[in-house]
Amino acid sequence: MKARNITKLPVSYPRLMIPAILVMVVMVTSGCSPVEFIELEPSGPVARDIDELFWTTVSLMSMVLVPVFGMTVWFIWKYRASNSQAPYAPDWDRSTMLEWLVWLIPGLIIAILTSVTWIYSHRLDPYKPLKSNIPPLEIQVVALDWKWLFIYPEQNIAAVNELSVPVNRPINFKITSNTVMNSFFIPRLGGQIFAMAGMQTQLHLIADEPGRYFGENTQFSGRGFPYQNFVAVATTAQNFNDWIEKARQSPQKLDLMRFNELAEASVRHPVTYFASVTPDLFRQVMDKFEKGPESPRLPVFPSDHLGETRNVR
Amino acid sequence: MFGKLAWQDIPFDEPIVMAAVAMMLLGAMTVLGLITYFHKWSYLWKHWLTSLDHKKIGVMYIVLALIMLLRGFADAIMMRSQQALAVGAEQGFLPPHHYDQIFTAHGTIMIIFMAMPFLTGLMNIVVPLQLGKRDVAFPFMNALSLWLTVAGAMLMMLSLAVGEFSTAGWSGYPPYSEIQYSPGVGVDYWIWVLMLSGAGSTMTGINFLVTILSHRAPGMTLMRMPLFSWTALCTSILMILAFPALTVVTALLGLDRYLGMHFFTNAGGGNLMNFANLFWIWGHPEVYIVILPAFGIFSEVISTFSGKRLFGYASLVYATLAIAFLSFTVWLHHFFTMGASANVNAVFGIATMIIAVPTGVKIFDWLLTMYRGRIRFTTPMLWTLAFLPTFAVGGSAGVLLAVPPVDFMMHNSEFLVAHFHNMLIPGALFGFLAGYSYWFPKAFGFRLNERWGQLAFWHWLVGFYLAFMPLYALGLMGMPRRMQHYGNPDWQPLLIIAAIGALLIAIGIGCLIVQLALSIWKRHETADPTGDPWDGRNLEWATSSPPPVYNFAVIPEVGGTDAFMEMKQKSTAYSRPARYHDIYLPKNTAIGIFFGGLSLLFGFGMVWHIWWLTMICGLSMLASLAVRSFGDDHEYRISAAEIERIEDRRFRQLEAAGIRKSGPTNLEGVH
Repeated sequence: MKARNITKLPVSYPRLMIPAILVMVVMVTSGCSPVEFIELEPSGPVARDIDELFWTTVSLMSMVLVPVFGMTVWFIWKYRASNSQAPYAPDWDRSTMLEWLVWLIPGLIIAILTSVTWIYSHRLDPYKPLKSNIPPLEIQVVALDWKWLFIYPEQNIAAVNELSVPVNRPINFKITSNTVMNSFFIPRLGGQIFAMAGMQTQLHLIADEPGRYFGENTQFSGRGFPYQNFVAVATTAQNFNDWIEKARQSPQKLDLMRFNELAEASVRHPVTYFASVTPDLFRQVMDKFEKGPESPRLPVFPSDHLGETRNVR
Repeated sequence: MFGKLAWQDIPFDEPIVMAAVAMMLLGAMTVLGLITYFHKWSYLWKHWLTSLDHKKIGVMYIVLALIMLLRGFADAIMMRSQQALAVGAEQGFLPPHHYDQIFTAHGTIMIIFMAMPFLTGLMNIVVPLQLGKRDVAFPFMNALSLWLTVAGAMLMMLSLAVGEFSTAGWSGYPPYSEIQYSPGVGVDYWIWVLMLSGAGSTMTGINFLVTILSHRAPGMTLMRMPLFSWTALCTSILMILAFPALTVVTALLGLDRYLGMHFFTNAGGGNLMNFANLFWIWGHPEVYIVILPAFGIFSEVISTFSGKRLFGYASLVYATLAIAFLSFTVWLHHFFTMGASANVNAVFGIATMIIAVPTGVKIFDWLLTMYRGRIRFTTPMLWTLAFLPTFAVGGSAGVLLAVPPVDFMMHNSEFLVAHFHNMLIPGALFGFLAGYSYWFPKAFGFRLNERWGQLAFWHWLVGFYLAFMPLYALGLMGMPRRMQHYGNPDWQPLLIIAAIGALLIAIGIGCLIVQLALSIWKRHETADPTGDPWDGRNLEWATSSPPPVYNFAVIPEVGGTDAFMEMKQKSTAYSRPARYHDIYLPKNTAIGIFFGGLSLLFGFGMVWHIWWLTMICGLSMLASLAVRSFGDDHEYRISAAEIERIEDRRFRQLEAAGIRKSGPTNLEGVH
């Protein structure tokens, strides 16, 4: 009834495995080369806490993974059909103690993780202001097709595709979108949050090491999405002030007309500074969606959102 | 006359699309030509296309799934090649608009037209056999489900040649998918594709829920049902409860797009958050709709090829029920980053990780099933053995993502892509492929070639690890999903490895094709005269391979789990009843396939605003259902004499295969 060679594996598979394993080794070693795992290289307290949480969870999960791997290998080897020495118990299908164990062990691990999750979800709530002796800096973020606008209301300046923050000073980001949903993310500093039109989301971060960090949109937003990056410069208070001063020297002012121009779809928009910003621009960008498409002054939809592929390149 | 449709909507200027269309047409023409050449049209029509036999409907579902697997995989390998190339100054070979359609199509196809038909097909073939019955509860509705799904798949394929497909991702988030940002027909195709197949899936759910609850052999209590039937039951419940949410959310998006309403628009009081909630209220249970039947298959396979009863049957059943229930409590984890409060995020995160408990229980129960077994390394068992540790890795990544602050880092990244492929490929597809090789002899009467099956397995397994483990690392390096192009050269080596992995999977798929062809060609060498090629444990192995149209001449009586194993042990299997009775079965009908054809035209008309076509088709669809409902002559009789003839042939076959028949038993009278 059973074909004779049913348990025989094809001869060629070990030969197949060797190059595959070699490639995997290359893969692992490439992980050791100076490649940046930016999500695991925190440069601020929020990111550092998340990093710690990541490794806690990984170690908790390995308490399940290790026995699963071990049992799989051990049982496959020991109870292979060709091993007639191994005990065979075809009708053994229950054991109260083992069944308690298989429910309890995962249950316990998850119970620990549950409390960790509860505590950290509150500690790392992106809406929670961060404690510090230095007063916070507010930055308003507007997602545009396909670039980022950063407005500094206190300083009354704005910048496109470049963000500057003083180290050790808490930053209160207020985030919205002038277009489809985006997601605002600076991996070295902390988690991401969505940017949605007509709504404001918040994010609180601190950078405690000076550096130039990669910032991005992670939510697919159209043809120009792959290019929607920016640089987040974390720098000393002195350099930050110099940066503000540089922006103030810019010949450009961000009024409604200039904003509408800026909102037109474009990619690889050069870093641009604005010496002044129309008061309450951020609020107006949010409010126009409330008022609906007939709002006269600010068009709700950029005219060429679906600009040709050529424009993207 | 043709609504928005014009000659220039056919993308003649895109060589890659045209080549794909040409291949598709060539393939279709070849198949049609072969059918004509061999004069098989009437056979096909009488024995397959109009059939209401659950086994044939199941086979047709799986044929659809395998064809769509090829299409979905073609999309996958194009994405992998593009990402392996398009760094810095290199643009790769796919422009953004094409790449964006591909990732949308890949997700939609793999979930809706590969995974869903595959599991529905396996449920169709196996569940009535496992329950010891002759058909599903509603055979005609079953055909409607099939042909609606086929219509959805054909509409999907049409979007390649006529117009465009959505670029909004398989989850179609507004406002991007609204008419203001996606004015083309792509999103409309996506909407109607989901509408048609979603209706089919809802009906499948209803059908199998009723079948399993009310169509079981005498003695088969719920707690004696084979695990696959249990998971089919849970999946049916999820289908019924979840799919309406998808239908509603796509309908509301359709109202926005067609009638200028404002459910999810940026302006006019719409809110995309409502879409996200409704979509994932379907979307998360959908993951379990796909995975639970695979869990059932793994349970069957691991018990059969360990030659042992399942360890902790009751635990496995309760774990399945717990997963089914919990799957409705976690949808918010798909958008932790939308700004919900810490309380909300924490509650949904915790609910998500609680699912890991019953899942862990299942894994340990499967492992303990192997303990003190006699493990035979057949193809279905290899898929299962690879699934266990691989799925545990994917599940652990899932628990990581369930911790909201960690998700803030990983959301929308390649880490997430790696995670869900790590769940769905080993968790669902490996299961379906295990089920495919496990039940193939049942459906066709001969086994699949082992050697090529195992080759396919090894290529898939190694290819899977190479293709998806690098994506975990890329996620940690900050690479978002859905990138047509990227600037960071550090990402490229890993993406090249992932592309090599995809290539290995391509070879694995090639092996599956060779395996099928070779097995058909040499079918006499692997014939299964007994109906029980694997030393099976449940009732599907009690009848012949392939089963007669009525499945069981006499409905078996069940005394416990592993019903057929018990019969074999008590030597009551293969017993000849004293006499047979007439059996009534559903007649063939062409209404199912006509309904599918009409719904395809209906969807096409809706996409292109060809209103006269939608009116005609919509009314005809209603009319055809009315015609069917008013008819009352839907069954035909197979006489007892005819059954005796068929059964005698079966007993001669069994004797020739060396199985001694048992004497008459008291089964007589149960039919």
